[in-house]
Amino acid sequence: MNAPSVLLLDYGSGNLRSAQRALEKVGADVAVSADFDAAMAADGLLVPGVGAYGACMKGIREVRGDMLVDRRLSGGRPVMGICVGMQVMFDQGVEHAVETEGLGQWPGVIEELQAPILPHMGWNTVRVAQDSTLFEGVMGERFYFVHSYAARRWDFVARDENQNSPEVTWSHHGEDFVAAVENGPLVATQFHPEKSGDAGLHLLENWVKSLR
Amino acid sequence: MSLSIRVIPCLDVDEGRVVKGVNFLDLRDAGDPVELAARYNAEGADELIFLDITASSSDRSTMYDVVSRTAESVFIPLTVGGGVRAVEDFNRLLRAGADKVSLNTAALNDPDLLNDAAERFGAQCVVLSIDARRCPDGVFTDSGFEVTTHGGRRGTGIDAVKWAIEGTKRGAGEILLNSMDADGTKEGYDLALIAMVRAEVSVPIIASGGAGKLEDFVPAVIAGADAVLAASVFHFGQLRIDEVKKVLADADYPVR
Repeated sequence: MNAPSVLLLDYGSGNLRSAQRALEKVGADVAVSADFDAAMAADGLLVPGVGAYGACMKGIREVRGDMLVDRRLSGGRPVMGICVGMQVMFDQGVEHAVETEGLGQWPGVIEELQAPILPHMGWNTVRVAQDSTLFEGVMGERFYFVHSYAARRWDFVARDENQNSPEVTWSHHGEDFVAAVENGPLVATQFHPEKSGDAGLHLLENWVKSLR
Repeated sequence: MSLSIRVIPCLDVDEGRVVKGVNFLDLRDAGDPVELAARYNAEGADELIFLDITASSSDRSTMYDVVSRTAESVFIPLTVGGGVRAVEDFNRLLRAGADKVSLNTAALNDPDLLNDAAERFGAQCVVLSIDARRCPDGVFTDSGFEVTTHGGRRGTGIDAVKWAIEGTKRGAGEILLNSMDADGTKEGYDLALIAMVRAEVSVPIIASGGAGKLEDFVPAVIAGADAVLAASVFHFGQLRIDEVKKVLADADYPVR
């Protein structure tokens, strides 16, 4: 059986090496690229992101990442976002009073956390969603976060009983915020699994295994 | 549910080897940085810091190699500092596999570097490293602490606390606070220094310099440190990371 292929979307955001090595370590065949066709063809698309929301969205649009995510999701093909790569899945980001339109896969706004010490930097616990599969085997572990902005509310409302509600995992720094979302083919984490030691590798392995 | 106190081993690297001396002199060889990094990761280190203390810039490529080899196999955050002079150095270190880069002398010489780096890469990866000491005779600052350069050998007359405030305003997302008086003495962290900076800045503070025994760590956290750093006590096996975490946990501080 061939290893699941993952394309790590290279749109100019930070250190991709760690994510690449971590995914390889858990058995994925990883390409780092912004090639649209390759990104459509991969079993999984990983959208990374560090730094400013606006800069990330600009980079994503420049490689047609908005269309890419839309098309993959409309075909039920897996996409994972990490850190700002999760934040861009929401409607909007507000940093230093600058509003940036996101990819709009989920309703809601990314705003500054209300906490005495920012950035929220280090290993924190999470309150894992009841039916999570992403966190299987690592329910009680800490994960590495580094961010100042987050989804402080979860606004998604299922249209009717036939529409599954996403699994939402929370963390707390000053206030509750969304730490991870599992929504069919679209999953995302605010923390960095590729920097979260063995627990993070296990979580990534759960995702990679789900790509078959 | 809350953020844990980070325990961070610091690896001072000279020409590709880990070294550590007392008050930055009398360097002793403590091993291969990549091997040590893997060992600390296995022992539960929450993060790793490499400080490139090579005096000349000729040997910088060695550091990129150490960083990239470490990032191949160690999946925890990696901060690199020492000899970073320009935004381009920042970029190269991040691309080699660093998650955060610390600025020290270069930020004193050109404070705009903090703004530029934060704007381009995000505040979360900009660490301001401050080598502070109590003002010697004839030097006066409001806080009583001044910033030094050259590994604590030269005073600048700049108030260490004011510099921390300015640095974070300019975009530093974390302060690596080194006490030059305590460094290498193993007599404990400089608690007054930590408390003064904590009172003025809202970014995380890594306390550095002076750790010698298990009893030294809890007071640093009480004084306001979000992370505790040590070097030689870990390298030479006097203390283990899990022992440090245990004393913190026993004092009801969350640890990983």
